[in-house]
Amino acid sequence: MVKPTKVANRVRALRFGAGEMTQAELADRIGVTRQTVIAIEQARYSPSIEMAFKIARVFNVGLDDVFQYPDDDQR
Amino acid sequence: MPFDEKFTWVSLVVSVVVPGVYFMVVLGQLGGGPVGQIAYQVPMLVAIGAMILVTIAGTILVGIGTGVAIELSGSGSTEDIGRTDERDREISRRGLLAGYVAASVGAVGVLAITMLGFDHFWIANVLYLSFVASSLVSGVVKLVAYRRGF
Repeated sequence: MVKPTKVANRVRALRFGAGEMTQAELADRIGVTRQTVIAIEQARYSPSIEMAFKIARVFNVGLDDVFQYPDDDQR
Repeated sequence: MPFDEKFTWVSLVVSVVVPGVYFMVVLGQLGGGPVGQIAYQVPMLVAIGAMILVTIAGTILVGIGTGVAIELSGSGSTEDIGRTDERDREISRRGLLAGYVAASVGAVGVLAITMLGFDHFWIANVLYLSFVASSLVSGVVKLVAYRRGF
């Protein structure tokens, strides 16, 4: 799988931790299509800062708990 | 598949098929006499009109098909049809930009053959080809962005 973005995320793990929330449920709550949630989980799309905050708010965690950006020497 | 991606597929297929038929019909007349005598005007207008109408009809059919598929499978929501988000808009912007570049390159070509005194037939057809190329490049860039990410 090609991962064009360097931004990693734990959205999938957080969904399962939140009572196995479906991708469709998360999509509805942040106002995007299910395909966009899939693209984010597969690191094919880096969401805007606003959408990132919305996702973090859904899971009631901080931004760093959802998204990670590795240091140069870790990439 | 997002509705915008389906729409892009419809647009791309129409942009291949309709101009393909047009160029087969018109360029097939080359060699039968001076290009100035080839009646390309009506076929080109028909092709442009057909592209618009077929794209609209195709989009409606895809929308209906998507709705029927959602109802039959019971998964998803018909409210998702036509829903767009920031990713769709960003992909659309990338496609438009790529299409603009393709159209600009075509326009330079049209300018060149006009200055070189080519027949109206070639000027009109290279211009039409530029529009088609713009649509094709835009569609391909959007589909690659949808499939591979960015």
